[in-house]
Amino acid sequence: MRVEKHPILGDDRRKRDAAIIVDGDRVEAITGEPIAAALLAAGIRKFRVTPRFGSPRGLFCGIGRCTDCVMTVDGRPNVRTCVTPVKDGMVVETQAGLGAWADES
Amino acid sequence: MKMTQVAVIGAGPAGLAAAIEVARAGGLVTVIDENARPGGQLFKQIHKFFGSREHRAGVRGFHIGEQLLAETERLGVEVLLDSPVYALFPDRTVGYVHGGREIFLKAEKIVIAAGAAENPLAFPGSTLPGVMGAGAAQTMINVHRVLPGKKVLMIGSGNVGLIVAYQLMQAGADVAALIEAATQIGGYGVHAAKIRRAGVPIHLSHTVKRALGKDHVESVEIVALDSHWQPVAGSEKILGVDTVCVAVGLTPLTELAWLMGCEFAFVPGLGGHVPKHDLNMETTVPGVFIAGDISGVEEASTAMEEGRLAGTACAEALGLLDGQKALELKTVIRERMNALRTGPFGEGRRRAKECLIGLSLEGQA
Repeated sequence: MRVEKHPILGDDRRKRDAAIIVDGDRVEAITGEPIAAALLAAGIRKFRVTPRFGSPRGLFCGIGRCTDCVMTVDGRPNVRTCVTPVKDGMVVETQAGLGAWADES
Repeated sequence: MKMTQVAVIGAGPAGLAAAIEVARAGGLVTVIDENARPGGQLFKQIHKFFGSREHRAGVRGFHIGEQLLAETERLGVEVLLDSPVYALFPDRTVGYVHGGREIFLKAEKIVIAAGAAENPLAFPGSTLPGVMGAGAAQTMINVHRVLPGKKVLMIGSGNVGLIVAYQLMQAGADVAALIEAATQIGGYGVHAAKIRRAGVPIHLSHTVKRALGKDHVESVEIVALDSHWQPVAGSEKILGVDTVCVAVGLTPLTELAWLMGCEFAFVPGLGGHVPKHDLNMETTVPGVFIAGDISGVEEASTAMEEGRLAGTACAEALGLLDGQKALELKTVIRERMNALRTGPFGEGRRRAKECLIGLSLEGQA
């Protein structure tokens, strides 16, 4: 959910000028915002599952330290979505385990 | 190889303030930061800062960030973004990556202003999506303008917990409760009063027992603690929240200082292991300075003063300022810094810092 109105920051006038493909679905986004922000705005919270137990992980630290939020982006695994900016047309996939490079899978 | 007089690692309040002082003295300074934007964590701080007018009290954090950036620009300070520093060499060469390329920068002085990271808290369910650092949630709502959830439990009543709980409400979330394991509130009374007035219950002597949910947090169980910090049987309560924010302190990001071979001291009041430093913010490795949260977790206002001190000391060491002028500047900065470290919260930090500096000076004697 986006914070459209804010008592201190005012209205958010940024245009949703981009779209990313998340596990096959189109998700509206804003160029330059972190991928994680676009996902949370769309209500997507599970970003990957762990290698051994398949348990879900999502955003935790938000500063690129913990790597809990990594996903496969444009065929590249382990991309930290909290610090990677959105580009129009990005293909984002929920990552299973350690992930795989597009050309290996 | 690229050369500079002073390399500053980290473009947050401490790093930018250090760079500004070097540039003002006529020095060549390069700031390197891994993020896409400078300002560190200032831009998520939408509350008014405390302190006196010299500390820009009453000014909101993000406005202070804008002022720092404007000054950095006006002085022509070079700020390299998207450039994580991964190596420091004994000859003060800084290795960083930009655009997939390794680049080396040779500096005469280094200021490490790497900041701090939030502490995690382990409990059953703590790895579920929806459990996150309070600072991460604050970044999402105030910088990226996205709510991480609709209904939140805040853990920890320090200033971060109190302020972020209030800001989550400003962003439109519902804060179900704030819990604190200790018997009293950790942060400022005014912040606690604000969230209480907004109807958020603060449960002291309470902790989280577990977070429940399949793919993400669906509810959380809290429990009261007795005077020995043990859970009180039968006091469990289930709260229907989708988000749990963890505000249980920060730890200095000291990797680069370890890499450089700086001596450390363990000072719990400052967040754990911190590099020893003298009154000029210089570590035990000559020519390597630190500033901001890496030298002990405090606030942005003290981080800026430490940055100014480190920048001024670098300029002096490089011969850009004469001893008399440098002493005047440093005295004013130190006075402002001491004024920030007063009151029930600042006093403890002042003692912790004095202890750290004392340990460092002892080592030199």
